[in-house]
Amino acid sequence: MGIRTLVAMLVASLAVIAVLATQAAYRLFLPGLLQGAVLTIEIAVLGSLLAIVMGVLAALARMYGPAPLRWLATVYVEIFRGTSALVQLFWLFFVLPQFGVTLDAFLVAVLALGLNVGAYGSECVRGAIQSVARGQWEAGTALNMSRAQMLRRIILPQAFIAMIPPWGNLFIELLKSTALVSLITLSDLAFKAQQMNQNTFKTVPIFTLVLLMYLAMSLVISIGMRLLERRASLGLARGRAA
Amino acid sequence: MIWDWNFTLQILPILARAAVVSVEATLLGFVIAATLGLVLAVIRIAVPWTAWTISVLVELIRSTPLLIQIFFIYFVFPKFGLVLDAFTAGVLAIGIHYAAYCSEVYRAGFDNIHRGQWEASIALNLSSWTTFRDIIIPQAIPPIVPALGNYLVALFKETPLLSAIAVLELMQTAKIIGSETFRYTEPITLVGLFFLAMSLVSAALIRALERLLNRRNAR
Repeated sequence: MGIRTLVAMLVASLAVIAVLATQAAYRLFLPGLLQGAVLTIEIAVLGSLLAIVMGVLAALARMYGPAPLRWLATVYVEIFRGTSALVQLFWLFFVLPQFGVTLDAFLVAVLALGLNVGAYGSECVRGAIQSVARGQWEAGTALNMSRAQMLRRIILPQAFIAMIPPWGNLFIELLKSTALVSLITLSDLAFKAQQMNQNTFKTVPIFTLVLLMYLAMSLVISIGMRLLERRASLGLARGRAA
Repeated sequence: MIWDWNFTLQILPILARAAVVSVEATLLGFVIAATLGLVLAVIRIAVPWTAWTISVLVELIRSTPLLIQIFFIYFVFPKFGLVLDAFTAGVLAIGIHYAAYCSEVYRAGFDNIHRGQWEASIALNLSSWTTFRDIIIPQAIPPIVPALGNYLVALFKETPLLSAIAVLELMQTAKIIGSETFRYTEPITLVGLFFLAMSLVSAALIRALERLLNRRNAR
């Protein structure tokens, strides 16, 4: 889907929210939902940052780490990809306190979602690094660079571009997963929606607004990642042409 | 004592019964996803002017959380006269959500068919129905089976969401056991292990299937 269509959809969804906001039946719920949306965004942003860190670390550990580290990273990736995000949330929220570690719900949300998406992300990072042509490594060796230097200055900048589209998908997945945190008592967008629904039974306006809000947030991510990709690969094209 | 084996043995049969519900939801959901996805992908090709509408629809479904879609079908549809019980609503939501993903997979499969195949079908005066059934689909589907398999596993891992509308599947049962006995460690860990085991087994199966298909295509 082209970036123009995405922008058009974003404008359209915001316009629909604005039009609905003129109706009293919808305006009533807007402040509460926006409050929830702020928490959703906070969790999504912090979770994404953790996911990036975990994804890169796990990928590097699996590819270049010593055996124990490689093993640890593999176990991490398999566990978090193999069980469902909701199970991980519940495990950190309900089971971890039994082992004497009580985290507050917000921290649990960021940790669970970040670790979950990071596990998927490590595969993207790995794939992107492997997609860089072997000749690049060989050229680095010929220039007498150390392995860390090659990775940092030659390989990762090129792998970065290949990573952008899959990470965009993962950020959207993460944003959507934040709806799960409503089930561990955090009052995010999904939680506010359900709470208002139980109090007022005004199901249609509440859930319509919520869907539109999530849509707008996803579209912002999609558009942002497209722009980032365009910018990053512009640099590459320029470099090659020179 | 952190882990109680007696308690584990005691709740295992209850969780096993709930696991059946999870698996049922997975299979039914995937049947909806695979069929509806195929229908969307075929309509997109057969009726070109729908392509834009369908891609916007797919984008809408993929951009919003499954949990909210489940709530939407369970809470909003009744307002329009369509009352579904929790299990049906949940399975329907999961099926539609993954149909959006599957339709993209099918599309990739169709895009990989060489243009000559379509042209040859026209040259042979085959109807578009026959072309799809006998020429395109038999070539397009085998290469995308692994991708569909991955979505089957992903869909399976989403079934705990049904606990949010009180379907008595694995997660909901584990939560009920937890709140009745104040022991969350065993039930939730067991649920996690169950998902892990199922995912690892299905990943291995998908890899085997992929090898099998590759071998057959190479021959």
